[in-house]
Amino acid sequence: MTQKQPLEVRFVADEDVLDHIVEKQQDVKAADGSVQTLVTLKTPQKSRRSADEEEDEEEELFDEQNYVEVLYAGSQDESENAVVAAGSSVFSFQTIKRGNKMAQMASELARTPGKNVSFCTSDTNGESTSKKSANQSKTPQKGKKVQFISTTPHRLRKRLTAPSLRSDSDSDLSPSNSEDDDDEEEHEAQKPKTPSKHTAAALYKTPSKKSKKAEDLVEEYFEAHSSSKVLTSDRTLQKLHTPQLDRETLLRLLSENTPRYAEEIQQLNAKHEKNFQQWMMQMHMGFNIVIYGLGSKKLLLEKFCSSLLSDCDHVVVNGFFPSITLKAILNSITADVFQHEGSFRNPGDQVDFIVTALREDPSNHVFLIVNNIDGPMLRGDRTQHALGQLAALPNMHLLASIDHINAPLIWDQAKMSMFNWLWYETTTYLPYAEETSYENSLLVHQTGALALSSLTHVLRSLTPNARGIFRLLAEFQLENKDNPAYTGLSFQDFYQRCRESFLVNSDITLRTQLTEFRDHKLIRTKKGADGVEYLLIPVDNGTLTDFLEKNDVE
Amino acid sequence: MSETPVTSSVSKGCFVFKSTSKKRKRHVGVGGYLVDGSDDNGSDRFRICQKLWETVQMNTEVIQDQLNKHVLDSLVEFIKKHDLGNSPDVWRQRSSEIPTAALMLGVNVPDHAMTFRSLCNLLQDSVTPFVVSVHAKECAAVKLLIHKLLEQLMGKGVSVDEEQEDETALLQRTQCTISALCQWYKTVTKKCPQVSPQRKANLKNNDLPRSLPVVVIFKDFEAFNSQVLQDFILICSRYTQELPFIFIFGIATSPSAIQHRLPHSVSSLLCIEVFQSLSCTQHLASVFDKLILNSQFPFKLSSRVIQVLVGIFLYHDFSVQNFVKGLQFSMLEHFNGQPLSVLCCQKKEALLFAKTLSQKNVERIRHLPSFMRYVETQEPQEQVQLLTSDEHVKDTCQKLLKNLHKYHKNYYPILQCLHSLTSLLPKFPLGKHIRELHVSCIEKNLWETEEYDSAMQLLRILAKDELVAALEKCAEILKSAKTKRMQNVLQQVEDFIGRLEALEGVTSEESTGDGVILEKNRRTDLFQLQKTLLEKESRRTKRVNPYEVLRSQVIEFIDSLVREYLTPAELQPLSEVCYYSSSAVLRQRLNVSPRTSIQTALSHPFHYLQNESLKTNAGTISSAAPDLCIVYKLHLECGRLINLYDWLEAFVTVMSAAEDQDADSEEKGKFDSLKHARFIQAVSELEFLGFVKSTKQKTDHVARLTWGGC
Repeated sequence: MTQKQPLEVRFVADEDVLDHIVEKQQDVKAADGSVQTLVTLKTPQKSRRSADEEEDEEEELFDEQNYVEVLYAGSQDESENAVVAAGSSVFSFQTIKRGNKMAQMASELARTPGKNVSFCTSDTNGESTSKKSANQSKTPQKGKKVQFISTTPHRLRKRLTAPSLRSDSDSDLSPSNSEDDDDEEEHEAQKPKTPSKHTAAALYKTPSKKSKKAEDLVEEYFEAHSSSKVLTSDRTLQKLHTPQLDRETLLRLLSENTPRYAEEIQQLNAKHEKNFQQWMMQMHMGFNIVIYGLGSKKLLLEKFCSSLLSDCDHVVVNGFFPSITLKAILNSITADVFQHEGSFRNPGDQVDFIVTALREDPSNHVFLIVNNIDGPMLRGDRTQHALGQLAALPNMHLLASIDHINAPLIWDQAKMSMFNWLWYETTTYLPYAEETSYENSLLVHQTGALALSSLTHVLRSLTPNARGIFRLLAEFQLENKDNPAYTGLSFQDFYQRCRESFLVNSDITLRTQLTEFRDHKLIRTKKGADGVEYLLIPVDNGTLTDFLEKNDVE
Repeated sequence: MSETPVTSSVSKGCFVFKSTSKKRKRHVGVGGYLVDGSDDNGSDRFRICQKLWETVQMNTEVIQDQLNKHVLDSLVEFIKKHDLGNSPDVWRQRSSEIPTAALMLGVNVPDHAMTFRSLCNLLQDSVTPFVVSVHAKECAAVKLLIHKLLEQLMGKGVSVDEEQEDETALLQRTQCTISALCQWYKTVTKKCPQVSPQRKANLKNNDLPRSLPVVVIFKDFEAFNSQVLQDFILICSRYTQELPFIFIFGIATSPSAIQHRLPHSVSSLLCIEVFQSLSCTQHLASVFDKLILNSQFPFKLSSRVIQVLVGIFLYHDFSVQNFVKGLQFSMLEHFNGQPLSVLCCQKKEALLFAKTLSQKNVERIRHLPSFMRYVETQEPQEQVQLLTSDEHVKDTCQKLLKNLHKYHKNYYPILQCLHSLTSLLPKFPLGKHIRELHVSCIEKNLWETEEYDSAMQLLRILAKDELVAALEKCAEILKSAKTKRMQNVLQQVEDFIGRLEALEGVTSEESTGDGVILEKNRRTDLFQLQKTLLEKESRRTKRVNPYEVLRSQVIEFIDSLVREYLTPAELQPLSEVCYYSSSAVLRQRLNVSPRTSIQTALSHPFHYLQNESLKTNAGTISSAAPDLCIVYKLHLECGRLINLYDWLEAFVTVMSAAEDQDADSEEKGKFDSLKHARFIQAVSELEFLGFVKSTKQKTDHVARLTWGGC
């Protein structure tokens, strides 16, 4: 790209820049079209693909002019442009977000595609599709093929086109969204309200805190980067009629849910299974295999084990298991595989033992299958280093899966060279049922039940006085539940209260009791700023209320 | 085998499966895993692959040794020098200074291991048995570092009598101090001459039982805790009188790293000398020469594969090891995926295999694009024969294989000649490195490129001495080539050199001749003079310098060589047998971005699940998509925090739009519990993937961990 035109510098107004960007955006789209056909070649049927393969290859050859481009080819597409775009979308700037954006999006989604299947009988169909086309006429790629896969975020595109078309109906930036949305509806299509619209309007009631109309992208950029305030609604899950689903119900409900696209998923997985022989060979040649991609890969690895490893020693590790440790892994190798009795001073010695044992007997092959080598307990530097040392052995074969989007960050150069990975993309779309079954941090719905049952169990085995003590603390905590500054009940206060209700007779009795509570993780103690000990029950208020109610019944 | 083993439990994360059959198939023969195991030559292919891989390993090691020889030798020199300088006077002067070698090894740390290994061996063989190498990982504290030091030294040094070793082993547990080491060192050095005869042999030239230095190698200097290092150095400097320490720092960045890590008070205790090892690009170049630009090595890489491998090297890791690994992987893939790769070996063997090709393989040969191209160029009768008679194909195949080998034998010398010629030119129109030239040669017709034209133009204005020097270099290269044709070429080149050198005399004669002519014509009149001058002028413009004539001949000759020998490899019949070309596979195995794949799967499920109902317009997603995709799509619309309730509501809106139209009747806040469950599942999966995490900032909110998105 050598340009021999004279250089010219001039002042350009923001609007011009904006228009320019919009034009460019359209240009890029138009240009992309040609490349896009390349993608479509591979997406449909396999048979067509093989026929066009040679053409493809040539196209690719053309694309790979320079090294950098050669490197940036993702696994999914072989055409460069699509991939580069994907990269920029994966790591993009923060865009401004509004509290009710999701609701809008949802109603939009509810109106757009996919309904070809389900909507065809209803009379709203005509409207929703006409609305869809009205929406679409705002976006530049009206006449594009259905297969067009753009990687520009929908929002962004919408915003970019808005100024050039002088459309003031863009609901993103208006002060009062619900009103504006109504306006939009009215002037776009004078029609009876669709059900989806109804829900949408209901959703828009969230308080919108921003009232400034930001026309400029520039301003918007700074706005997005300056606001530290959280712009979300204050509604909580307590509003739900069934705020808590316990684990059993959840599992029951999910098992009733028939998986969709079972056939396609099956095909996808069958394709991955064809690689088994190849994996085996490559592992024997000193490589280790890591598989990645969306969907649980546990089943795939299980199949691999049962079909190819039944005659070999192998160790299966569930990295997602919340209390897996390096020690457990090493122990199972030394104790169960090598039948070694005795203990080791530290993991380093244990690794050394395994290394020497395997070096001495080169014909003994051990396979280590790790589901989620990026699991929270295995992420540590030392653990990965130890695993790497094992993986570097010629007759220790490692087959691992990763799921976290930032998983590759756990390996630096040195570890990478120890692991000697070959990467395989295995997108399975299977639900992460088992992997997520352990975690309980996010789902408030589950933790309650578990904590409650443990509370009752422990309390049941205590003396009435001890129960009374705990109850006192629980009640005090509930009294203070609206106080955000509540740090706990100080020990002195607590003692006073306990004495008053004849639960303890001395400071020491209370302390012994508290130690017992602490051992069962029923309470937590914290040193305040004034050096006083504060006591706290580390359970959320809802559960605590439930607990007290249940206790009362008993 | 029938029942699937249970690998899920709520109390255990580790499951061991011992092989049931005691007579387990040990190492089934890896060849068995080759695709197409049914084919008879699978094991042959595997054997060839193994053999080639061994040559690769051997060669890389040899190269490494050669390249490191210089720097290692100078290191040993350095140590010996300080060792000899042990005589009391010199020692006293710099009593507390510890001689230190800073070894610059380049940024790729994993590659250093090999260098250190050979350094250790070399030192132990030629200088001192007391060599300790430590890793930063093992030495988080001074105590551990000293422990490590003692362990390595004492474990090795006193293998003489068992009991004593045990004693020291006990000792080091309880008190690991340098003074203990001192004691040990004294006893060992006293005992040393009597104990080990071979070490004594080493010492023979020195009459005095000179003190052997204790060499401590810090493999990854930058990774050490600077406090640990400072303390260790301070301690050691106290003992220099008794213990002749020598340090070697393995440094990946620059010598200034020492200044950054050690304050002046500590670094002044060291007497540092810097040693520069060869850069990794030079290392790569020699690996390239040995393995890829070598007609002896039958396995070849196509231009794109080379580009991918070199790209990974230059833009990602600077690791020669990884490059070799890439080469190994391509070899494996080639021999695995291409049944005809059985012909990819030394000429004799290949001819033998060609004679005994199975029918399947003959058919495969017929389907090779390059072979088809070859058939098309043949006479009709020949074509029929090639398509019908298997025997004929085998014969032709042998002929073509011979040609292919010949092509390679001629290709590389000419490539090197061309490179030596063009690497003189300003701005390197054909690339600075020979690999670039090689890539463009095997990719397309070099002489059709613009770069080639400009290179030729530049060659046409080369001065004589430069040209002669370049041609001499070419002759040097060609001398090592064995084929007859190359000998011919060599002859011609030498001929040119001779003529160019002979020109020297001629040109000088010419100029004097001119002078003579002028002298003769001095007496003529003005008109005559004008006439002769004009004549001379015209003659000068017309008649070119004999050197120029010769030069253009040389250039033409080179051009003809290029056109004859540097044809693209793809055009050679049967080139598929030797050339591995699927760069895409290579990239997918070695250079991937898992996150892109996950995000594509989430935002464009159609890419993986080829179901019509999943086809969507850009930016939108149909409610027909998997739950996880919908939840993901919705979360992209949020800022830093996401309200779970709103999220659930939005999710249900999408779901109910797909299912029923009676959304009106749906009471606010009351959701189908199935949808609720599906939402919970999807959100926890999203958390598992690392897109969101729970937060305490606000009730029932989760925090987003990514930005923007699509």
